Amino acid sequence: MKTLDPLAGPIAPGVLSKTEQELRAAFLDEIDRIPGGARLNQCIQCGTCTASCPVSHAMDITPRQVIAMFRAGAIGELLESRTIWLCASCYHCTLRCPAQIQITDLIYALKRIAIEEGIFPKRFPVHVMSETFTRNVKRYGRNYEVGLLLRYFLGTKPMGLFARRRAGYALWRHGRIKLRPDKIKDIEQLRKIIAKAETFDLPQEKVTREKVTAAVGYESIGR
Amino acid sequence: MDTRYTYYPGCSLHATGIAYDKSMRAVFKKLGSELAELEDWNCCGATAYMSVQKTVAFAVSARNLALAEKTGDDVVAPCSACYYALKHTREGMAADPELRAQVEEALAAGGLEADLSVEVRHPLEVLLTDIGIPRLVEAQTNSLEQFRPACYYGCQIVRPFGAVDEDPELPMSMENLFTALGARPVDYPPKVRCCGGMLVATMPEVATELSMDLVDWAVAREANCIVTVCPLCQSNLDLINVTTGGNGASHQIPVLYFTQLIGLAIGCTPEEVGMQHALIPSDAHAPPLRGAPLTIAGSREG
Ligand code: SF4
Ligand code: SF4
Repeated sequence: MKTLDPLAGPIAPGVLSKTEQELRAAFLDEIDRIPGGARLNQCIQCGTCTASCPVSHAMDITPRQVIAMFRAGAIGELLESRTIWLCASCYHCTLRCPAQIQITDLIYALKRIAIEEGIFPKRFPVHVMSETFTRNVKRYGRNYEVGLLLRYFLGTKPMGLFARRRAGYALWRHGRIKLRPDKIKDIEQLRKIIAKAETFDLPQEKVTREKVTAAVGYESIGR
Repeated sequence: MDTRYTYYPGCSLHATGIAYDKSMRAVFKKLGSELAELEDWNCCGATAYMSVQKTVAFAVSARNLALAEKTGDDVVAPCSACYYALKHTREGMAADPELRAQVEEALAAGGLEADLSVEVRHPLEVLLTDIGIPRLVEAQTNSLEQFRPACYYGCQIVRPFGAVDEDPELPMSMENLFTALGARPVDYPPKVRCCGGMLVATMPEVATELSMDLVDWAVAREANCIVTVCPLCQSNLDLINVTTGGNGASHQIPVLYFTQLIGLAIGCTPEEVGMQHALIPSDAHAPPLRGAPLTIAGSREG
């Protein structure tokens, strides 16, 4: 009987070589830092998440595939996908997943990493919205809808502003648009809280694509 | 009545969701409950903030909890996104000691502390459990018989936390409430589906499809209005009527807040519950409703 080299890859279906086991353990360790990440290995690829997702038809990678690719280490592709920006955070996938995987929160985590890494798909400038939102909160303490939309459209697609004029006008005519931002009284207090909280975010969210792919040793997968 | 709540309106209820704000205040006042706006509240962090920075999002949201703890009353958050963000912060801090320590340290930098002693609640749940259907029926002065609402719950009040109903796939609380008040809710299968949320600004094509589908369902089920629990759902569905105008009559259905309907039932005027802010007026385009607000205004009582 032929002896198998334990470092040569899968020994039999479902049985992993020592190296593979170590690599996978390192990888799972890495994703453990993402909320709900520890449960990812429980995914049975049933597709309930995709079937429940209201926007899966418009995604390039379905929620089920997100989990599969995440486990396979194809983080780079996930960060470049439209999917993470299309997710409307409706929690339907999370509610129905038989393995209780926090898919929505995982996608949030991917968004955070993508923003930090500056990876955004063309034509899907959702991050501009998030960043404008953040700026508004730091400046006023509240989210100033008109400023948010104006800045968003001017920053990304001036024609969108034109197309949305009708909607904007209708809202304004019905007294639903505020022309000046609300500013909270103790904005300094909020800024101090944000500044302190920011110091915790930076090191924790450094799950970069290089680091993850290096940990798994799967650089070539899906590239 | 001496029930008191801390009211967290959130950014939308001061602008696009002004009718929700008015109807909330009117209904609670009519029922004798005090709704005290949280002093110097800030943005809840909402979904966009979550995708930028994690601890910051929790800390921003937690400042509100810390402020609310000064009076100790339950926080009532009508916007689904605010409700979720505040609740998520509270539960997240309670479950994760490391996160909690970080958020507490951040709050301390602003001279605040949070011991998570106040609950975060949605007004639908407050009205149904603290007040209850029997008392609402008792307070009723106008029948809602002209209304055939499609009760729309959307996402974040039913999941992941479940504010009101035991069954997150098929909530029935609004149907039960409005049936008790004389309305005839229609069977509305997409009631927990997503309206598109913030995608309306970022990926309008996708959001339009989702909102349109919800409106089409309501029309197909012969509802004469859609009743929502969230300012973003309301404006998304209301705007579909405007932005796709000229697409045919099927997209002209009034979109109301559940608090507006309750308000009308217990004798608030259409003005008091902010009916004037709806893009699609309730007395036009929906034949069974024609004249309804006038009837209600006429039977107003002090
Ligand atoms: S629903 Fe859960 S178990 Fe099924 S494919 Fe999606 S993540 Fe995996
Ligand atoms: S939370 Fe995102 S991925 Fe999950 S069902 Fe909703 S839109 Fe789809």
